[in-house]
Amino acid sequence: MTVRPEYEELTIGVVALQGSFAKHAFSMGKLGIKCRAVREPEDLKLIDALILPGGESTAMTLLLEEEGLWEPMNEILETMPVFGTCAGAILLGQQIDDERVRCFNKIDYIAERNAYGRQIESFKTSLIIPSMLDHDFHAIFIRAPKFREIKPSVQSLAVFGADPVLMRQDNVLVASFHPELTEDPGIHKYFVDEIVLKSR
Amino acid sequence: MTKELFEVKTGLAEMLKGGVIMDVTTPEQAKIAEQAGAVAVMALERIPADIRRDGGIARASDPQMIKEIQKAVSIPVMAKCRIGHFAEAQILEALEIDYIDESEVLTPADEANHIWKHDFKTPFVCGATNLAEALRRIGEGAALIRTKGEPGTGNIVEAVRHMRTITTEMANLSILRTDELMAAAKNMGAPYHLVAQVAETGKLPVPNFSAGGIATPADASLMMQLGAETIFVGSGIFKSEDSEAMAKAIVQAATFYDKPEKLAEISEGLGKAMKGLDMVEIKPEDRMQDRGW
Repeated sequence: MTVRPEYEELTIGVVALQGSFAKHAFSMGKLGIKCRAVREPEDLKLIDALILPGGESTAMTLLLEEEGLWEPMNEILETMPVFGTCAGAILLGQQIDDERVRCFNKIDYIAERNAYGRQIESFKTSLIIPSMLDHDFHAIFIRAPKFREIKPSVQSLAVFGADPVLMRQDNVLVASFHPELTEDPGIHKYFVDEIVLKSR
Repeated sequence: MTKELFEVKTGLAEMLKGGVIMDVTTPEQAKIAEQAGAVAVMALERIPADIRRDGGIARASDPQMIKEIQKAVSIPVMAKCRIGHFAEAQILEALEIDYIDESEVLTPADEANHIWKHDFKTPFVCGATNLAEALRRIGEGAALIRTKGEPGTGNIVEAVRHMRTITTEMANLSILRTDELMAAAKNMGAPYHLVAQVAETGKLPVPNFSAGGIATPADASLMMQLGAETIFVGSGIFKSEDSEAMAKAIVQAATFYDKPEKLAEISEGLGKAMKGLDMVEIKPEDRMQDRGW
């Protein structure tokens, strides 16, 4: 595989406290882009963009605070491009009404956790994402959130039923499903090409 | 079963990686577990150490107790059914349990057959002591494998044995020629297509977690370094002197399993870990890991 030269200079940080962080690194690896696990504040100094993976938002909140990562991440995300999936999308939104989870307020919506129900309601479906891909994307939803009070500043890139499931606001990209669990790195490529590289 | 559904089942296990799943018997314990950073809880009436002590028949938990735990926390709630007891599994599915553990901790209901897990929409986790056993469970539809270890002992020796066995057996398969794989499948007593898949990829087709005897942050680190992707802690937390501190420490250890300086910090002043049992103190007929095949 030939890697685009501009990809070779990039290092994407993946918050690796808990969750599907290895899968995100694998998706980026398919594009020939290297990732760095972010577990301590020093790791933030060595990256060009950040991914907040899926996992449990309560456990991630605790570990982010415990490791002194929450404050420096909050600061760096004022400008740094970030891609959040599922739990990551919950954390990037406005503060939800649940003290177990501490949100970064980087995109204008309020997430509702486990909005489709428990695991038995988890599902896979095909999404059409016209602004991003010329083919359908197989999206896996695991105890996924929904979003309310979505402000006009947020651009919806894909919907499932009436609900936006892939959204962007400036340098922030979020999905309520798990692009990292499918073979197709198309959404990761969009994040790098349209957000990370254009912000440099 | 469609591949799609299987991806949805293993998908939840992917979300639990690098975390700790804790056995809890009350809503209060479930809250302690969640506040300590558990990624899921296993709801059961008695923790394995008490099942071992009390004797008698251990069955699936009271639905009311499970519901109370589901109400108390926002993280996934797992529950155990007896090996082969598909009716208990059907009840757990009706309760919308997030993962069903067909577990050797409970008294087996069927000595010949495990549950045909493909029939369920709810994902299953099953224990294994070696690769062939793991592949038989995956063949029946398990979406997650964990080492059996020896539950309720606070003794890591069996979990280590099982994890090393599975890893070594996977490595041994990967050096075989294609024309040797059918014989390998025959000798192992495992489904051919799964044997061939492991030989090609060098890893299990589903996530690989560890359970059975984990009692300290160092135990968690040991199992993660040996290849476990997540840790189940049964008796290790609520049989320790300071459960909250131990729970929090094991959660941190699962994240920083490869950083000894950090682990030293995490392990400091936790009070006594559970007392535990040496394997020679357990009569052969009381070994839970020998339940199921």
